[in-house]
Amino acid sequence: MNDPGPYRPLTYFQLMEISLRELLVEKGVVTEEEVAEEVEAMRKRGYERGARVVARAWVDPEYKKRLLANGTEACEELGLEIPALKLLAVENTPEVHNAIVCTLCSCYPRMLLGIPPEWYKSRNYRSRMVREPRAVLAEFGLQIPEQVAIRVHDSTADMRYLVLPMRPAGTEGWSEERLASLVTRDSMIGVAVPKVS
Amino acid sequence: MAEKKPVKAKARPAKFHAGDQVRVIEAYPLGHVRTPFYIRGKTGTVERVCGAFPNPEELAQMRDGLPAQPLYRVRFRQNDVWPDYRGGAHDVVEVEIYQHWLEKP
Repeated sequence: MNDPGPYRPLTYFQLMEISLRELLVEKGVVTEEEVAEEVEAMRKRGYERGARVVARAWVDPEYKKRLLANGTEACEELGLEIPALKLLAVENTPEVHNAIVCTLCSCYPRMLLGIPPEWYKSRNYRSRMVREPRAVLAEFGLQIPEQVAIRVHDSTADMRYLVLPMRPAGTEGWSEERLASLVTRDSMIGVAVPKVS
Repeated sequence: MAEKKPVKAKARPAKFHAGDQVRVIEAYPLGHVRTPFYIRGKTGTVERVCGAFPNPEELAQMRDGLPAQPLYRVRFRQNDVWPDYRGGAHDVVEVEIYQHWLEKP
């Protein structure tokens, strides 16, 4: 009857966001420019920071030890500010393959990997990654041999996870920058492994 | 979703340690609970103690979440979680669980 066409009324949360933002601006807490800049900075953030951390761990065994012991401090060492985030780096080895999921929502190490991909937030990935990880990884084109244990990390609370993939063969003597270019977002979530093309 | 720093003051002492066997309490309260359904009632091994964090169930009610609850990473064998699991016997799932959701098996 009264089809609003493409013009839908605001949802509850949209209305809430606008009200809160207008109040904060009105009270002088933030300016509209600051809000816009922050949104833009969030949108532009990619996974390069994560790739830098991985490449450093590949070339510096001492750094790798520190990263595995305390991920947050190891990131700060590289000048990467990761506020209010306890980071755990989990290492892939010939015996163990790690993968990350948040079954409850979409917890993700945004400060290192940027905005999560749509599939990471999908019900399909979130429910099946804990239930049948081998089938899900196969859909990403990743066949994990039976004798390699799969360790799925369900990011349900206050930790955030970064998979430290194995350094591919044939990269001996590569510079840190060149190594970083091999490290994909998906390899740091654990649904892919870095490859030399 | 809430990302918080561990709280040292006003934290409950940790009852469990790495290597301890623990069972997740099988309860179904309403509210903002961060213990996934699939892991309730399952038994696993503490992988590490992560520190203490304000209780998210309290935070969701606009309270301070104190005393902070120790948070654990608990490792479960996939074969224990899913009776018909298809994969290696060494496959595991690790879940973060707050202390008030854990008991001795």
